[in-house]
Amino acid sequence: MSDLLRLRDVHVTFPGGSKSTVVRAVDGVDLAVAAGEVLALVGESGCGKTTLIRSILGLEPIASGSVEFDGEPVTGSRRALRDLRRRVQMIFQDPSGALNPRQTIYEAVAEGIRIHGVPGREVDLVADALSRAGLRPAERYMSRYPHEVSGGQRQRVLIAGAMVLQPQLLLADEPVASLDASIRGEILALMRSLVDDTGISIVAVTHDLGLAWNIADRIAVMYLGRIVEIGGAEEVLADPQHPYTKALLSVVPEADRMEQQILVGETPDPAAIPGGCRFHPRCPVVASGEAERLGILDQCLGVDPALVDTAPDRAVACHLTVTRGG
Amino acid sequence: MSLLELRDLRVTYRSERGDVPAVRGVSLTIERGQTVGLAGESGCGKSTIAGAVLRLLPKGTLVEGSILFDGEDVYEMTPGRLRAVRWSGAAIVFQGALHSLNPVRRVGSQIEEAIMLHSADLGLDRSQARRRVGELLERVGLRVDRARSYPHQMSGGQRQRVLIALALACEPDLLIADEPTTALDVMVQAQVLALLADLQADRGLALLFITHDLSVLNSVCERLMVMYAGRVVEEGPSRELFADPRHPYGRALSQAFPTIGDRASRMHPTGLPGDPPDPAALPSGCAFHPRCDVAIDECSALDVALRDVNAGHRAACVHVEPPNKRVTNKSVTS
Repeated sequence: MSDLLRLRDVHVTFPGGSKSTVVRAVDGVDLAVAAGEVLALVGESGCGKTTLIRSILGLEPIASGSVEFDGEPVTGSRRALRDLRRRVQMIFQDPSGALNPRQTIYEAVAEGIRIHGVPGREVDLVADALSRAGLRPAERYMSRYPHEVSGGQRQRVLIAGAMVLQPQLLLADEPVASLDASIRGEILALMRSLVDDTGISIVAVTHDLGLAWNIADRIAVMYLGRIVEIGGAEEVLADPQHPYTKALLSVVPEADRMEQQILVGETPDPAAIPGGCRFHPRCPVVASGEAERLGILDQCLGVDPALVDTAPDRAVACHLTVTRGG
Repeated sequence: MSLLELRDLRVTYRSERGDVPAVRGVSLTIERGQTVGLAGESGCGKSTIAGAVLRLLPKGTLVEGSILFDGEDVYEMTPGRLRAVRWSGAAIVFQGALHSLNPVRRVGSQIEEAIMLHSADLGLDRSQARRRVGELLERVGLRVDRARSYPHQMSGGQRQRVLIALALACEPDLLIADEPTTALDVMVQAQVLALLADLQADRGLALLFITHDLSVLNSVCERLMVMYAGRVVEEGPSRELFADPRHPYGRALSQAFPTIGDRASRMHPTGLPGDPPDPAALPSGCAFHPRCDVAIDECSALDVALRDVNAGHRAACVHVEPPNKRVTNKSVTS
């Protein structure tokens, strides 16, 4: 499978609170997304996952590194961006906030068709998109306003509005986090069927590992602006290698088979990324003394670990893995 | 005597378009130190119950049945008695920590205010109250100097901890937590859940935990109650109910969040078709029947009461037969 999206050493920075501080929100990310796959980008608030997907659409300026989409480098030219923003669509966590309350559902879906001049009869395109998003019969929904339908249906409207443009990539930022529990599975099933039926790719940003288990082919775990572990979803969830991935997995409420590793402290600050391994101040391997016993503590404190392949399509950025593997 | 007892609670909101029955006959008991989880979706009435317990519902709302706190009817308390109970008897932590704190006051002084309002009961002067603020912040895992922060200077998880500290300010016997971790990251959620478990173990705090995430409730609570359209449709010991739910809606909620590693859910998310019903226009019979995959003809006419599944486990479904009436394979062959 060829790569649909390819990020190389992408950095996104913001000015910090004072003149000298820089917030390194995305701090060197390499990532490839194949056509027809679902990638779950997992991490805590502030890890840079949302900034990263926004940068793909040119919504955040990239400080350095490159983004390639469908074999072409993404440049900042207006025409290129406009084309990109048809082929890459985004849906958000809060469907209510993303819809104009004074626009009917028909208008919400038709807007993109008009902006991008999609060929075809508008009403047919809208009807087809709504019914493919599970809003059937479409005619019943067209003249309604967002507040007249449920939260799950609003998310379907957003998905219809994205899919009507026949994108190649859908970026989904916490697509089910604000939905009721019973609706969650329905929306995830819809997303997975879009991939299986149309061959679209999805990058889903989430802190929900259950979502990854439900629909993702691959998982990338982000911590403080960097991918620390990546691989096939089943492999990563069955056998997490990075201590951060292990900790995340151990606190999933259903995971009573594992001993909980609750990391103390708040999600760290991307304006002050720790030296050495950026995870070392919260790392259970360092805290337990295991890193010292294994003689890697100096590296943990002093050397920023690179993402190293440990198996085909599997990579981890941890001194421990490298030590054990070698 | 139970710490909290709801007897056939019915809550009806009055609106210009007519009456909206939000809670339709709920009974529940919480003993001292017990943790009870209340699960359900938007509009099922679970937050209305939280508000009803402390009389926090809008004026004009019709509340029927009774709510006894430590044996005393909450709706017959004098305003002074109610005020005392609200902080030092039972306290509430709501979802959305961002909006419950005053944005222009330091968090320490907001906690101190709550303590000073009850200083007579607690027997504390201002300097003791200030010390207590520090203790409370440490108790919820925040640094003492966080007292000087404004809410906007804190993360969502930190603000949620401040709200828990605030709720604990007057040492209540019961904490009602309404979606306290819903907006939080998994790791912060785990921290808050561990904190609640500690408080329950150390102080014998009783907990009424409300959320739509059955897997969270299962990890914290001894007993679970599942609500749908203003009614309890299933209740029982957490482990049993979560592992073997008998109401089709209880089953849907327990499967909503997959068990990682469970092959059946891999690449196969399961949800419920349809949406939670509008409380102002409930379906006839069993309110769940339009979304139910095992509904039979009589479900659209008959609203079944809770039936015994096992000791302490009950479900309101026509398919539930009491254990002694069930024909098992064993009894057929013997």
